[in-house]
Amino acid sequence: MTTLHHPASERAMIELTVNGQRRSGQAEPRMLLCDFLRHELQAFGVHVGCEHGVCGACTVLINGRAMRSCTQSAVQVDGADIVTVEGLADAGTMNALQRAFAKEHALQCGFCTPGILCSVTHFLREPPSPTEAQVRDMLSGHICRCTGYASIVTAILQAATDIKKGS
Amino acid sequence: MKPVAFDYHRPETVSEVVALLSELREDAAVLAGGMTLGPMLNLRMVRPRAVIDISRIQVLKAISPKSNIVVTGAGVVQCDALQSNVIARELPLLAMALPWVGHFQTRNRGTLGGSVAHADPSAEIPLCFVVCGGSVVLQSRRRERRIPAQEFFQGALTTQRQPDEIVTALEWPRTPPDAGCAFSEIAQRHGDFAIAAAACCLRLALDGRLENLSLGLGGVENRPVAIDAKSFLGQSADGVAVALAEHAAASVTPMDDHSASADYRIALTKVLVERVFNEALAKVRQRGNRLQ
Repeated sequence: MTTLHHPASERAMIELTVNGQRRSGQAEPRMLLCDFLRHELQAFGVHVGCEHGVCGACTVLINGRAMRSCTQSAVQVDGADIVTVEGLADAGTMNALQRAFAKEHALQCGFCTPGILCSVTHFLREPPSPTEAQVRDMLSGHICRCTGYASIVTAILQAATDIKKGS
Repeated sequence: MKPVAFDYHRPETVSEVVALLSELREDAAVLAGGMTLGPMLNLRMVRPRAVIDISRIQVLKAISPKSNIVVTGAGVVQCDALQSNVIARELPLLAMALPWVGHFQTRNRGTLGGSVAHADPSAEIPLCFVVCGGSVVLQSRRRERRIPAQEFFQGALTTQRQPDEIVTALEWPRTPPDAGCAFSEIAQRHGDFAIAAAACCLRLALDGRLENLSLGLGGVENRPVAIDAKSFLGQSADGVAVALAEHAAASVTPMDDHSASADYRIALTKVLVERVFNEALAKVRQRGNRLQ
């Protein structure tokens, strides 16, 4: 048998690459990935909102794809490459997407922002010049109670243009 | 909330999964993408003693065209299905419905088999599966068996799967190239559970009369339902949409719950059936015009 087995009451060693660094910590099987990233690895940019996959605040990149970190446990993604909002800036300088969010006032309280930035990072790889309708469709996976979304849509379209221009 | 404490098993083969299931039975929950099981664990709507994670079993991730069917492994991730040329070409109804399944961020993790095994009444993939006339492949230590989609879904979150069985694959009959398909749904917000959804697939004979017609509704009853539309075959396709919508509305016993009343679901059924029928018909005719 090659079945991996972690008993409920034992903490398993989890190794991940988080924002380019090898990190490890211990987690019981039931520990959610978002809680592991926050409490074991101090990635406090991962925000925990609804805890059932609806609000999108906890979205991170797992092996390059934007996913909820509240509806999977840390043991499930052992060995994965994870990027959180902390990993988006380039050597301490905000990237084009983050600059567009700042310029267009695409956040107010900022609770939903880390998840949205992670989603958009993946999203802009596939349609590099998305339409407004495509942006709004992608944003349906995030809840923002401050902005009314208009400024977020503007910022994402701006970022898409800027990234294409290479700025 | 957080899940109850559970033992975690991650087998690498299907035979290990069925060995575990034969021992653990109702105590175990099979986990693929976890886009529905994850929330249910967090809300403690399910409290399994063990979770069997099948997400790293590579053989369950294949999309395989066979002579008359396309086989999708239970672990095929929805976003991979959405990008698959085989699915776009052979299963256009599924390709049309996938953008309605959850959100970009959940399709990156959720699977085709997980949605079918979970059997939410409003889920899009089970609806397409019923309308396409597919079969579920179930494996246990005892046997492998196939169940037609329409019989597999028994009610909300209730299927014919036995506690020692795992859904290993979905078998989808290929859609003929001259068929037209359409999918539509109404939800409170795009990506939320559908209040009502409709899917249609049809073909015309050379004289323009209806030769094949598959129609189904999701979110209306407690499982995806196929509407018996045999009485419409042989009729001219023009002007059928309204009568078909009335027929569909008269054939269902709608749910009445917090998201919509039974009357509202009937109203949506009529609108959606007319919409998908007309869209599917327009597609068949566009294709016909191109060929002439």
